Amino acid sequence: MSTKKDAYKKVAYYPGCALEGTGHAYNKSTKALGKALGLELEEVDNWNCCGAMEVKNIDPKIQTYLSSRVMSIAANEMKHDTVMAPCNGCYHNLKKAEYDLANDEKSREVVERLSSKAGHETYQAGQIETIHALDWIKDAIGEEELNKRIKNSLKGLKVANYYGCMYTRPRHIFPEKDQGEGSESTSKPHFMDDLLEAAGADNVDFALKTACCGGAHTLSDADTSTKLVTNIIQAAEEAGAEVIATECPTCHSGLEMHQIRAEKKFGIKSNVKIIYFTQLLGIALGLSPNKVGLNQNVSDGKAALRARQIA
Amino acid sequence: MPIHEKNLIRPENLSTHENLVIDGVDVSGDWSTFIKTRVVPDYNEEMQEEIAALPGGENIHRCWQCGSCTNSCTVNGLNPDFNPRHWIYLIRMGYESELVRDKDIIWQCVSCNKCTYACPRDVVPEGVMKATAHWLELKGYTERSPSSEFDEEFSSQVFKTGKIEDGRVMMGFFKRTGQPLMQDWLVDMVKKMLRGLPVSWLMKMGMATVIHPRTKNWGPARDAIEEYAREQEEKHAAAVKGAHRDAMFHAAD
Ligand code: SF4
Ligand code: SF4
Repeated sequence: MSTKKDAYKKVAYYPGCALEGTGHAYNKSTKALGKALGLELEEVDNWNCCGAMEVKNIDPKIQTYLSSRVMSIAANEMKHDTVMAPCNGCYHNLKKAEYDLANDEKSREVVERLSSKAGHETYQAGQIETIHALDWIKDAIGEEELNKRIKNSLKGLKVANYYGCMYTRPRHIFPEKDQGEGSESTSKPHFMDDLLEAAGADNVDFALKTACCGGAHTLSDADTSTKLVTNIIQAAEEAGAEVIATECPTCHSGLEMHQIRAEKKFGIKSNVKIIYFTQLLGIALGLSPNKVGLNQNVSDGKAALRARQIA
Repeated sequence: MPIHEKNLIRPENLSTHENLVIDGVDVSGDWSTFIKTRVVPDYNEEMQEEIAALPGGENIHRCWQCGSCTNSCTVNGLNPDFNPRHWIYLIRMGYESELVRDKDIIWQCVSCNKCTYACPRDVVPEGVMKATAHWLELKGYTERSPSSEFDEEFSSQVFKTGKIEDGRVMMGFFKRTGQPLMQDWLVDMVKKMLRGLPVSWLMKMGMATVIHPRTKNWGPARDAIEEYAREQEEKHAAAVKGAHRDAMFHAAD
């Protein structure tokens, strides 16, 4: 769609807390990818945390407020109509706030009250569209165009695409998904598969694309998270994957942490490498591994790429 | 099996006979004692309302017991005793003593929202699990779970500065739960991370644990949020009869 193509050429960028911390490589590679593709990112001024899962558990309406503040700045102060969030958690929360503000009177009241006390304009549902980094590349560039720009094909790299929970669930906060041809699916998401395939990767059939990594309890109930991560990693390896491509800093660090923990605590070894999809696309576009922060990953992704003579 | 009778087939309600023949039929082994009283004297008829008054529990009355939530549940896949449908049933019945038997696992919901995706009645079982865990804490049935400690640590940092920094949340959480900061697997991970990180970035990360990242001019937002959070907390405690916890949320130091 050409309208999206144009609209997504320049978007407000909401990195969120994780991309400033453990997800630094995701931040770096997303920015580098944008630059390489001629897409412009304007970071949301003076942003705050989206509320993540934790604030929601304390009070869902405060989370709605926190997310709405980010959207209000992007829309009212920076005059954007699209905000792009690469983190599944941020993306999910902004979408959820959008839904709640459109459908729940009480949420609107609380957001209005908190915004006015905090001294900024109240965000009104519909002012801005929140998209994920996957929508951004898929709709602003598309597979065909991407394919033409590949300088360093991911030829033959066996990739399991892992989307996690928050990108697809619950369905009602993503009204643009499940709309048939061309749209993303909540039961069998494919945007990451489409993009990586266009970059030459050999995607494997992977059943646990939207399985949960236990990110919510990564520290508070570590054994549960380790079991869930081990299931995902083993399913990917059984499908023949060398790499699990990720699109969320929480999933990414969860997989990396619990891969180590599984080995250390339970003696379960695995060899699959965890790499952000933006890192893979960046390398395919000819960026150096360091430019996309591959050296900052915990699992040694370089080795897998080197074996295929990609990096 | 009728759901209500589940408690009757627990081990303590079964008697075992090595050799038992009744009317010529050999019934050796577990023999169900269905003679136990079936009168349940301690229904808490307000339980559903109390949980519905907590964030996430609002739609519990809609459940029609189809079981889709449990069927799709991530944690149920690891532990069959983790059963959102069954707990919703007990809550709607007011069968408090039965629910409390599972008090130590309810908080383990990983918020994957598979249940909410699958539920045909918009109950939002994920929210109900959170509300139930919160209710158990307010009632004093459980200590604050590690998950609540994590949520509180995280939220208090957000409320205070507008942002969090992963390392500080982690350290705050370990401190609250009395765990050592140096877990062997974490040390391993950090070592692997250090291998590739540029020195300037390390310094920045190190500094972030000392100089808190914050949103500029956050003061008015912080005050508004904290005032609202306190109000809500009081409201929630008031909705639960005999709530004996003080404030659920303690503002950070
Ligand atoms: S899926 Fe929904 S309606 Fe069905 S048992 Fe679970 S909560 Fe009840
Ligand atoms: S959100 Fe919780 S209850 Fe629902 S499926 Fe996931 S783990 Fe189970």
